[in-house]
Amino acid sequence: MKLKLLKLLYKNSRLSLEEMATMLGAETKAVAAAIDEMEKEGVIRGYKAVIDWERVDNTNVSALIELKVTPKAALGFEEVAETVSKYPEVESVYLMSGGYDLTVIVKGKSFHDVAKFVAKELATMENVTSTATHFVLRRYKESDIQLCDRNSDDRGLYSL
Amino acid sequence: MNYDQLLNPEVLNIQPSGIRRFFDLAETMSEVISLGVGEPDFPTPWQIRKAGIQSLEAGKTRYTSNSGLQSLRETVADYLERKYQLTYDPLQEILITVGGSEAIDGFIRAVVAPGDEVIIPQPSYVCYEPITRLAGGVPVIIETKAEDQFKLTPEALKAAITPKTKALILPYPCNPTGAIMEKEDLEKIAKVLRGTDILVLSDEIYAELTFGGKSHVSIASLPDMKERTVVVNGFSKAFSMTGWRMGYACGPQEILAQITKIHQFAIMCAPTTSQYAAIVAMTECDEIVAEMAEEYDMRRRLIVDGFNRLGLTCRDPKGAFYAFPCIEKTGLTSEEFCQKLLESKHVAVVPGPAFGKGGEGFVRASYCYSTDHIKEALKRIGEFLEELNR
Repeated sequence: MKLKLLKLLYKNSRLSLEEMATMLGAETKAVAAAIDEMEKEGVIRGYKAVIDWERVDNTNVSALIELKVTPKAALGFEEVAETVSKYPEVESVYLMSGGYDLTVIVKGKSFHDVAKFVAKELATMENVTSTATHFVLRRYKESDIQLCDRNSDDRGLYSL
Repeated sequence: MNYDQLLNPEVLNIQPSGIRRFFDLAETMSEVISLGVGEPDFPTPWQIRKAGIQSLEAGKTRYTSNSGLQSLRETVADYLERKYQLTYDPLQEILITVGGSEAIDGFIRAVVAPGDEVIIPQPSYVCYEPITRLAGGVPVIIETKAEDQFKLTPEALKAAITPKTKALILPYPCNPTGAIMEKEDLEKIAKVLRGTDILVLSDEIYAELTFGGKSHVSIASLPDMKERTVVVNGFSKAFSMTGWRMGYACGPQEILAQITKIHQFAIMCAPTTSQYAAIVAMTECDEIVAEMAEEYDMRRRLIVDGFNRLGLTCRDPKGAFYAFPCIEKTGLTSEEFCQKLLESKHVAVVPGPAFGKGGEGFVRASYCYSTDHIKEALKRIGEFLEELNR
């Protein structure tokens, strides 16, 4: 039940406990308990809306930064990754395989803002050997949700 | 010109589908929340669409053999064996058709001679009766009952059989009732049919959509039934491929050869692009089909629970993607209920009698819609019922 519940929440976290219980064929109490437990265990980290900010006249920009890092003997990439994660400008941090080490998604009010943050904070960080900044020009899909379509039902009333 | 005298009286006498009439009304209104459509809301899975595109890019744009691509027929044979323990020879016992609809039409035209009787359980899909009439056959209707979960009972079947009975239509999982026939139900039907010369058209278009852990069983998989059964299935519902128009008929070579002749002269072959896409559907999409079925299952629980909470008794549909709640306690006929609901709350559901007289007292609500959409429709139906009681 937990995995199905997580899938359901991932798709739409605004369903009521009763609705989720009905849809899963489970008791409301059991659903509430499972959610509680998974929140405590840190499986569920939060509930957010997926927003297409472009539609609300938002001028914020974001960028994907490739970070090359010299790993520390005992801690590997953990220390740098955790330090980077603490900045409010940083939206996501991932450890990568391949040509570089960390992907950092940074948001800011302007291109200049983001560039300044990278130059001043990330590039100067101990163990960071290089950065490459790629600005996001347009978002087409976010968290499994397509932003480019209008979400309209184009089925006609033709079926019998 | 006096067209009434010119045109075929059999055709003139056919009434357009009751669903159609109702949809035409809905289309004149704005902001209609519909639970009307019998068509999946999921788009065709991308890998299927890609296979169609690639076949076009490779220039595969000519006729295929009349029966369909051999590779597709082989794929269908493997699929039916894997899913439903049915074995068919892809060269002689499988015909690829333009949707399940063409396979139904082909079967009835191939077997029904003027005066032959065709037993049709109702409420059920709307096409069996008019096609039987066009073939000069006589539809013999069995009204299945809510207290039997709208299953076909051996008693009702026995009572309907006469020396003129040519075929039985077995439309399960059932649109609109959501009824399924489990193995033991089918055994009882098979027992009545064994030793007779009655053929069976088993319309299994919703076979992939059964719920509550009950997998679909085909009557053709029971002992001695394959020789008298033509199984009709297709890609529209399971793979969200309605517009591709892909279906198939499987059965004894002697019957299939006759259906294939009709298909050859009327159709030539099913659309080539769709045939290439269909191969990918059956070989690469198990996971995504299972995901869609799971999503339908959740919506099914939500809508059934919703109707019951509103006081409209709704049995648990075990297959297809329709709920079939009873609206008798409102004191309205199905037609009145649907019309008033549409006019006052702009919610479209389909009156039960569109699927046969036995559908009176019920309405069909499709749950091929997002949860938000279903919730909004239920909310409006709730308001409608409150206003009725005032």
